[in-house]
Amino acid sequence: MTEELDLRGEVCPYTFVKTKLRLEELDSGQDLTILLDDSAATANVSRSLRSEGHEILDLKALSGEVWQIVVKKNEIDLQ
Amino acid sequence: MSGSFTDEQIRRYSRQIILPEVGGKGQKKLLASKVLVLGAGGLGSSAIAYLAAAGVGTLGIVDDDLVEVSNLQRQIIHGGNIGLFKAKSAENFVRSLNSDVDVVTYQERFSAKNAGKIIQDYDFVVDGSDNYPTHYLINDACVLEKKPCSHGSILRYEGYATTTIPQKGPCYRCIFKKPPPPGLIPNCQEAGVFGVLPGIIGNIQASEVLKYILGIGELLAGRLLCFNALDMSFFEAAAEKRMDCAVCGDWPLITKIEQKNYRENNSEECGL
Repeated sequence: MTEELDLRGEVCPYTFVKTKLRLEELDSGQDLTILLDDSAATANVSRSLRSEGHEILDLKALSGEVWQIVVKKNEIDLQ
Repeated sequence: MSGSFTDEQIRRYSRQIILPEVGGKGQKKLLASKVLVLGAGGLGSSAIAYLAAAGVGTLGIVDDDLVEVSNLQRQIIHGGNIGLFKAKSAENFVRSLNSDVDVVTYQERFSAKNAGKIIQDYDFVVDGSDNYPTHYLINDACVLEKKPCSHGSILRYEGYATTTIPQKGPCYRCIFKKPPPPGLIPNCQEAGVFGVLPGIIGNIQASEVLKYILGIGELLAGRLLCFNALDMSFFEAAAEKRMDCAVCGDWPLITKIEQKNYRENNSEECGL
């Protein structure tokens, strides 16, 4: 089952912080669909997700104002 | 809400939650942690300020002194509080900085009588004390109660820090077997102290606390990190556990906290 996180109205860096916190609650291999309303935030979040080792499965504009990222959680243990 | 964080917490801690080694998991560890700071002077001021800012959930603060105007050159959390107990002044500072932090104040002298009882409630101890008997008392109580501790000390332009982890590596007594003879080391009223120095050393101590709680990085265990602000240089000395250490050695002489082992010597009082 795909989890969804609606971050429309949120700004950087909280877009990524909230994405990261939600991912921590998911199991490794689980997907998360993220909705954003800013193209720069969409680029930042997807770049940060990749740099933390997660896999971007899909990234697209749903309309002129809404972007969607689908990410697959990869378990990373830096602690 | 994300996880158990409020929206304000997400914003407040965002810059450290973003750190890959911290994340929400690490922030929860910090919020659940209990840290005791012994002394709200120069070292304690910076340690208390940054531990509170990072969201350490419970801060114990021990100090029986009152704030004096001569403290304010380096004890940066006590502004506007001359005449107040330093523990109370520190509590006010923490409350205005971060209401996530529960503050427990002890307006009493840390002594052989109360050492074990106070320390046992905490996960980590910060030694911000200003005299040799108290350094040894803190060390021995931490060894006996099996509590990790960051030790710090400063004078003039120089200071050092080291971290002791129970039953691993050297304790403070392994490194400094005996205090220097009275009169050899001048107290800070005679010798003075460069005001930024306790800020630097106290923040090294706070860094050690946070890393220990988060379980990240390399601690100053078995390492004495020395700093000289005039040369602007750090150097490090390796330290090893001593088998003949009086408190953590193979045949310890100190097996409980007794006042006779920590005689006050007024010439070493310093009020840093």
